[in-house]
Amino acid sequence: MSEAFRDRIDITLTVNGEPVEARVASGQHLTDFLRLELGLTGAHASCEHGVCGACTVEVDGAPIRGCLMLAPQADGAEVWTVEGLTDTAAIQDLQEAFVAKNALQCGFCTPGMLVAAKDLLSRGGIPSRQEIREHMSGNYCRCTGYEAIVDAVETVAQARAGRGAA
Amino acid sequence: MKASVGGYARASDLRHALELLSGSGGLGRILAGGQSLIAAMNMRLSAGDLLVDISRVSELSGVSDAGDRLLIGALTRHVEIGGNPLIRQHAPLLSQAVQYIAHAAIRNRGTIGGALAHADPAAEFPACILALGATLHIEGLNGRRDVAAEDFFRDVFETAIGEGEILTGISVPKAEAKETQVIEEVARRSGDYALAGLCLVKRPAGHRVALFSVGPRPLLARAAMTALDKGDVEGAAQALRDDMDPPSDTQASSAYRQHLAQVLLRRAAARIEGANA
Repeated sequence: MSEAFRDRIDITLTVNGEPVEARVASGQHLTDFLRLELGLTGAHASCEHGVCGACTVEVDGAPIRGCLMLAPQADGAEVWTVEGLTDTAAIQDLQEAFVAKNALQCGFCTPGMLVAAKDLLSRGGIPSRQEIREHMSGNYCRCTGYEAIVDAVETVAQARAGRGAA
Repeated sequence: MKASVGGYARASDLRHALELLSGSGGLGRILAGGQSLIAAMNMRLSAGDLLVDISRVSELSGVSDAGDRLLIGALTRHVEIGGNPLIRQHAPLLSQAVQYIAHAAIRNRGTIGGALAHADPAAEFPACILALGATLHIEGLNGRRDVAAEDFFRDVFETAIGEGEILTGISVPKAEAKETQVIEEVARRSGDYALAGLCLVKRPAGHRVALFSVGPRPLLARAAMTALDKGDVEGAAQALRDDMDPPSDTQASSAYRQHLAQVLLRRAAARIEGANA
């Protein structure tokens, strides 16, 4: 094998606002890096082929599948997980609405749902229920049947729009 | 499951990427957005690859106006294709197609070059560029060459890209004044691969119809195109039977795919008629 190809890669990135330096395995995906190396277990490794959305995290301001990005590719990236978004209270209203509307049961999908919903709400305005469903369609929930999740996201969109108008 | 990767190297520019590929002893694999490749590696459908990560090669990204064509860099992400004003104006088929591709988180990473080089027969972009008559730009250490979309797709996941070559971008002809472009597909769930899909481009010179998810590669429905040129939509729908021989699988039977393609053709023709009314 050519020496140009490495099986350990040095990366420098920020995770939840903190600088991180690490040496990662070439084939390790971002979710495993966050969970196993940094102890950030909020993003879940589930289907590991991009279908379920449980691993959704924010990279450079946009939601991505943690299982479909290799840790070596995160060099220089700004990563936010549900832990960091909780600490900064960026999604506090969403989290409260998920509880109030019973939008989670087992909670496995919830971190991914929150990151996906945050992205939709960051665009401003009040999305229709159809738009919410479409935007969240890449995140599977096997408990709720989605209705309560759409309720929660819609509630927050309305509340934020109301605050903006006030 | 977990990926088994032989090694990783990050290319700084196109030349570097081509040198890495050529030094990989045939084990090199281009990693762009990774939305198909990493999934395949995680499922161990591919193992031991020497990954050449081209995602930082900025010269391969972006959309530019090249006179009568748009030049779209291979690393342009789906989300950028969907929001790009030049594409919306001059190649609206691609803008429309983005909404059908997977989900927001995947569109934020996936690239058009990756989708074309991967050549999934059920994917939207390959059929779009076939319908548009685009040209693909391929580069190797020995130079550049251009391949017409009609000659690019060979078989399931097989293209005209040779050993040691990289797809660098595509040129798409700008839509003419009276041109209309529509894409229609049927999938069981939003974001799933289509059970059948169809792109219809109506130009002053004639119609172009490209089908996807009905065979081993996207295909031009030439018999249907001829019928549409004569203004015979129902004849075109019937002619589709001669244009395709769809497979049966766990998703849909051959007969159902044929039925869907006909429905999609009628829908697309009606949309174009509505747009021109």
